[in-house]
Amino acid sequence: MSNDVDLTAAGDETFARPNLQRQLWEGRAIKNNVLTVLTWIIAILASVPLISVIYMLVMRGGTRLFGVDFVEVMTALPPAGFEMGGGIGPAIVGTLAMVAIATVISVPFGIMAAIYLAILGPTSKLATTSRFLAKVLTGFPSILAGVFVYAVLVVNFGYSPWAGGVALSVLMLPTVVLAAEEAIKQVPQRMKDAAFGIGCTRTQVIWKVVLPTGLPGIMTGVMLAIAGAAGESAPLLFTALFSNYFLESLSPVNNPTASLSILIYNFSGMPFENQIELAWTASLVLVLIVLVFNILARFFGQSKV
Amino acid sequence: MATNPFQKADSASSITRPPSGGERGTDSVFRGIAYACAGIIVLLVIAILWELGKQALPAMSEYGLGFWYGTTWDVNKEVFGVLPEIWGTLYSSLLALLLGGVFGIAIAIFLTQDFIHQKLALVFRTIVELLAAIPSVVYGLWGIYVLIPVIRPVADWLHTNLGWFPLFGTDLSGPGLAPAALVLAIMILPTVAAISVDAFRRIPYKVKEAAYGMGTTKWEAILKVMLPTASSGILAALVLGFGRALGETMALAMLIGNANQISLSLFAPANTLASLLASSFPEAGAVEVQALMYAALVLLLITFIVNVAGLAVQQYTVRKFEGKQ
Repeated sequence: MSNDVDLTAAGDETFARPNLQRQLWEGRAIKNNVLTVLTWIIAILASVPLISVIYMLVMRGGTRLFGVDFVEVMTALPPAGFEMGGGIGPAIVGTLAMVAIATVISVPFGIMAAIYLAILGPTSKLATTSRFLAKVLTGFPSILAGVFVYAVLVVNFGYSPWAGGVALSVLMLPTVVLAAEEAIKQVPQRMKDAAFGIGCTRTQVIWKVVLPTGLPGIMTGVMLAIAGAAGESAPLLFTALFSNYFLESLSPVNNPTASLSILIYNFSGMPFENQIELAWTASLVLVLIVLVFNILARFFGQSKV
Repeated sequence: MATNPFQKADSASSITRPPSGGERGTDSVFRGIAYACAGIIVLLVIAILWELGKQALPAMSEYGLGFWYGTTWDVNKEVFGVLPEIWGTLYSSLLALLLGGVFGIAIAIFLTQDFIHQKLALVFRTIVELLAAIPSVVYGLWGIYVLIPVIRPVADWLHTNLGWFPLFGTDLSGPGLAPAALVLAIMILPTVAAISVDAFRRIPYKVKEAAYGMGTTKWEAILKVMLPTASSGILAALVLGFGRALGETMALAMLIGNANQISLSLFAPANTLASLLASSFPEAGAVEVQALMYAALVLLLITFIVNVAGLAVQQYTVRKFEGKQ
């Protein structure tokens, strides 16, 4: 205890030591704390819309969906005018059918393009151009995909689930390409080298090493693209149009198709309480579909190499 | 000829052997298909430009440049002009960018600058990502039945007390610019936040340590060191977020009121190019469809320029920090 020297006292006598204690009321500290509090407020405020949307979906959409009306909601046709009850069956079927069509079109092309971008010619002119254009297309207004497909398909063949699916695939393609390219790039070079070393052709390396190894990453991208496409509505407005009946065939000629998003859009502006309630129910179903694919994406993402 | 020491091993049965002719053939075909698929993206963009240009051509020759600054959209008189829509598109997107930008950057700082524990940050990041997962129509529905009733008293108070100020010049009669811009801000927030988070993550940790070592407070380090270093990435985030806002359709078609007018007031109904397309296209006649195609081309041009600018800034940032393309 005897050699315990009072440092501050000694410092005051000889030279001015810097005060290393935190000064709560110094200008700099106050500014720091005010900004920190502001950031917390902003972060909390930013989660309010999500909570509010989810609350409304569960409260207004959930009563119909999780109640006694479940079967009716899932299978019945949408109500007209002052009718009560009714369901969103045709819209669910239509949305799933068109998303399936879009997936079937965009995924094979997207993965093949990604293989070229990541392995076969990553620095070639074609690769740099299409990589850049794919990035530009991810910010492409979705309604323009609808306008494009309208001009190419609808003018000639009329509204159909195929027109809607093609419009959605235009939006899915860049997402799939960019995500799959990233996933393929993650495959370690030494695995490819080992395959080349035993005399594989590039095709064999890609089929037997790169694709199986990169599959979880590719699936993550595909699931995210599907989730995005399921929620789209603008490109379906004048490609699939809407229909009050179940999809009877996949005929590509004059076959207007219902979808959840267009049902929500149409019913949201109606002056009938029943339709508005169904719009909320349809929103809940749509969000659940989107959520399932988001969760699947995370699930695949976790099992990454 | 020197003897090849591998000759013997090669002739023995083993898993290593050169590819057979058939395998070589398959290889060429497969690579050809991959090449073609990479070309499809380029072809798709060309096809979109070509098709929209072709469809818009009659309207372009008919209305010319006057289309850009005309203020009426009258189907019966066949007079078409999109200045109110261009104004509405830019005005609503700018307002959304102002709000979504501040929130997005603040959230990026919140998530990357050690405000909360890593695991909590992950939860919060998921919340922000979920904001992006909610479909546009659902935001539209939410806007009509939740947001508009909530902000209407505020808007009316602002109008009655500060009505002389041009931003509050009209009252909110239902749909209008303010709810549309608010929803738009929520929708671009995840884009801005995600790209800004990447920009902050790219800064080496020792930069922050150097700042702390000199005795800065946390916020002095953020404002004077981290933000300037991440500035180009944040700029890219803002430009790309702006691009998203310009092309957003359904929520706006449901919330903005589809009124063909130019007004500074936040509470007046307005219109955007995308919601003009959404609301007019399904019932349009042949002449109007041509004019709408022209409007689509205008929208394509604006968003294309903004997106390319954003990507250019983003690529510049990546090159600056990582020294590669």
